[in-house]
Amino acid sequence: MHVLRPRSLHAALEDLASDARLRPMAGCTDFMVPGAATGADSDGILDLSLLSELRGIRWNDDWLEIGALTTFAEIAASNFVQEHFSALVEAARQVGGWQIQTRATLGGNIANASPAGDSLPVLLALDAELELSAAGGVRRIPYERFHVGYRETALGAGELITRIRLPRPAPNVHQSFRKVGTREAQAISKLSVALCARVDDGIVRDYRLAAGSLGPTPIRLREVERAVVGRTANSETADRAAEIATHQIHPIDDVRSSASYRRWAFARIVRRMTLDAYASSLQG
Amino acid sequence: MNPRSQTARARSDLGTRESEAARDDRSPARPDGFAKASGSLAYADDARLEGMLFGATLRSPHPHARIRSAHWRPERAPAGAIGLLARDLTGPNGVQLLDDAWPILAGDGVHHVGEAVGLAAATSPEAAQAALAAFEIEYEPLPARTTPAEALPSDVFTELEILHGDVAHGFTQAAHIVEGTWRTARQEHVYIECQSMTAWIDTDDTLVVQGSMQCPYYVQNALSHALKRPAQRVRVVATPPGGGFGGKEDYPSLLALHVALLALATRHPVRISYDRHEDMLATSKRHPSEVHHRSGVDSDGRLTAMDVDILLDAGAYRTLSPVVLSRAVLHATGAYRCPNVRIRGRAVRTHTLPNGAFRGFGAPQVLFAVERQMDRIARAVGIDPLEIRLRNVLEPGDELPTGQVLDDSTSARLCLERVERETDFRRRWREHERQRSTISGDANGSRKGVGISLYLHGSGFTGNGEKRLASTVRARLRSDGRIELQTASVDMGQGSCIVLPMVAADACGLHVDDFVVAEPDTSRVPDSGPTVASRTSMIVAGEVALAAQEICGQIVDAWGKRIDSAEEARLEAGELLAGSRSEAFRQVARCHYLEYGASEVTRVHTPPAWQEFDEESYRGVAYPTYAFGADVAEVEVDPDTLQVRPLAVTAVCEVGRVLHPVLCRGQIEGGTLQAVGWALMEEAQCREGHLVNDRLATYLLPTVQDCPEIQVVLLEHPWNGVGTGAKGVGELPMNGAAPAVVAAIENATGLAIAELPATPERLLVELERQGLADRTQPS
Repeated sequence: MHVLRPRSLHAALEDLASDARLRPMAGCTDFMVPGAATGADSDGILDLSLLSELRGIRWNDDWLEIGALTTFAEIAASNFVQEHFSALVEAARQVGGWQIQTRATLGGNIANASPAGDSLPVLLALDAELELSAAGGVRRIPYERFHVGYRETALGAGELITRIRLPRPAPNVHQSFRKVGTREAQAISKLSVALCARVDDGIVRDYRLAAGSLGPTPIRLREVERAVVGRTANSETADRAAEIATHQIHPIDDVRSSASYRRWAFARIVRRMTLDAYASSLQG
Repeated sequence: MNPRSQTARARSDLGTRESEAARDDRSPARPDGFAKASGSLAYADDARLEGMLFGATLRSPHPHARIRSAHWRPERAPAGAIGLLARDLTGPNGVQLLDDAWPILAGDGVHHVGEAVGLAAATSPEAAQAALAAFEIEYEPLPARTTPAEALPSDVFTELEILHGDVAHGFTQAAHIVEGTWRTARQEHVYIECQSMTAWIDTDDTLVVQGSMQCPYYVQNALSHALKRPAQRVRVVATPPGGGFGGKEDYPSLLALHVALLALATRHPVRISYDRHEDMLATSKRHPSEVHHRSGVDSDGRLTAMDVDILLDAGAYRTLSPVVLSRAVLHATGAYRCPNVRIRGRAVRTHTLPNGAFRGFGAPQVLFAVERQMDRIARAVGIDPLEIRLRNVLEPGDELPTGQVLDDSTSARLCLERVERETDFRRRWREHERQRSTISGDANGSRKGVGISLYLHGSGFTGNGEKRLASTVRARLRSDGRIELQTASVDMGQGSCIVLPMVAADACGLHVDDFVVAEPDTSRVPDSGPTVASRTSMIVAGEVALAAQEICGQIVDAWGKRIDSAEEARLEAGELLAGSRSEAFRQVARCHYLEYGASEVTRVHTPPAWQEFDEESYRGVAYPTYAFGADVAEVEVDPDTLQVRPLAVTAVCEVGRVLHPVLCRGQIEGGTLQAVGWALMEEAQCREGHLVNDRLATYLLPTVQDCPEIQVVLLEHPWNGVGTGAKGVGELPMNGAAPAVVAAIENATGLAIAELPATPERLLVELERQGLADRTQPS
């Protein structure tokens, strides 16, 4: 196995253009675990760790741009993220364990494309956009269109995820994230839920709900959103959100949990988060 | 100053007293601590030997199959690799434990997934793995019975029964009759160091096997039996194990045979080190259990009859299951008095991995059952969980179902009273019970509960085990004036490397560094028995102290004669004293060595005459004494996800004499956490005979973030029956936390879980069964 260590993004994209079989590597936290799904059998590795231009967090107009190589520890510590994207902080603090968070990157979590990736539902609920770069140029796509099937993505040959862009949220948006795992750290989630909701004068004005580990990809629950926006924020609406939500997911029985538990807990969490969004609008 | 007389004084003043944690002089640092913490200690897989080959194991993919044909095709293997099948064995194809029915390599058929079928050796671990492709095995799959229910009634390895009083009559006196069925899961040991063993043939044709193990003489015995070699030509050396928990009691004998066979076939050193996946796939687990209770109590909640039926899943081979079952039946009624008892225990054969020794050895399963049963009885009678225990708790003078009359050191009530004082359990339990029925989920979306458990653990080997063992220890003077303590005890983390010198130093009037603990090597140490059953600090250390004392006595006498003092010579704090004369012990001991040579004293442990047990009728003294404990656990349950967070466990343990307070607490903290993991998440899931979660990514145990606050209260009730007066502490805490945690869940939610682990998924099933979904609706 050979390892290339490009020193610039340009060089990295050139390397990738000349050999599409190279496997890009960032924090290596999944790669270092032996097993079929992780690519440990790759022919070659493209080590991205020297690309400092893909690290860091900055505002660009009304978008927060997070370099794909930014670690979860850096995200959780960022003032920008803490101030505007509390759900992302929550997710960043629950990825793997403390040691994992200092190495694992946001870009890696996305590219790895596990339906259980902890940050992914949050990015969906935050309406994230991805910047994808190739030797031939740069394009942006809504993150919602990135996952096209089980561990299948919209990433083209020779493309790298270079930035994750998050639109500045309206000031009174309530954000929540909940990961349900077997234990407090180092647990692959049984399910995860993210909600961004805005309630004004008792009416749900904005409602973006996403979930992980409840289907082959992380999912945005558009039908629930359509059913809830414009309604009075009360427990009836919360019940309705929960009820519709459970019909949009495809949980399975596996070694970590059961489909019926996932469905039940998901409905409970959606309901609780919806009520919390309402309660916080009363306080705000 | 004799610490024993001090202890005795404390006893007469206070009865039972609490040990003082702050007495650092009672907790010296363990000599291997720095090497372990810094990573410099050599474990079994570390040393590389000249010309060493590596072995790999071909394993059965079927839970049950006939082997139609088996061949080794050398042309398909890497050059120089060799392969062995059952037919290549020249001696009996069996691992000698209680019997030799456990095959070294499967012959005519396989009886569980992962069973060893062939062995290959090659120049690297990778080449050895590749060589497995050179085996050609034709299996004929057969129907597999993979659960105890399928095994009954025909496939019972062992059945035991204890009868006491008149059960039928007891039930006629009952105001309430309460039934319950309680189940526990297969638990993986997860010792940090996986199994590893190396074998080679020495120049004098001695077979040497070195590796990670708890019982060097079990391994020597198994090698000698199957290879038809006299024991003197089999040398077994235990490397410092990175954890054991019982998982290195039986399995190392099999792995030792595997490497020995390969070494004998190749005349090269051969090593097999399992990775975690293979270790989980191949090695023993804690027996899954199903325990049925039928109990009668009078209107005050006093037990009139207990009928207990225990079913253990032994797996494919008997291995140590009869002994595990024996401890299970002997602990089945817990720490309670009951005049009329019937206990039946059965260990059944299934086509799954053989289950074996695991911290607690059958007791945790039955204590989970009896403790939850007591809680159920309390609800039937209408009293709280503390009260039902206080009304039935064993007291000195009470009779156990075996007829054994308990001595003065029976401290169950003291543990209960103390844990109540520490935790205010009764008030908090009642408050949570009241809140649960009137409030549907509090503001921050969580609810708390507390649970209590009372438990015991019989100290040392069951029944006549110690008599049969006749444990032998030796103390030997070294040329540097220090005394070497020779035992076969292995320090797998519990701390015998410091406890043995401490006990000897106490007995002799010396310092701990006046002693050296010999490496457990059968060519150098006598057979002091296996490192199991929480017996080392109690029995082995006791004999070691006496042997060391005897050597010191010889040195003191010789010195007294030499200085010809009118006053009697004695030894205190490392100094020989007689009148105004004094001399450093070490100096005198060096001279003694020059003059008289390496004097040594060998002692054989003889259990006291009153420790009589009839293994046919199960009457008599099953254990010379019992350690007791009471736990209170507090949990918080999330009503949206039913996730259980263990917040705190208070463990009050009475363990006889506390030898090393820091390590003793460490044992209780570790055992408590292991029990919490077993209660809440640990389960080696087996489907149709295949382990589903055979990796640490899927078999989850608590991380440091899942650990409750553990408060340990040590009670000392010095007891002079056997050995050091310690009652053994390694296994005791494994018996307590699980029922307390599950009781706390019930207190928090009203959901009584009858099967471990108490996962959110099982709580949901129970919630739906009880139709209580509304009760945990968010407010």
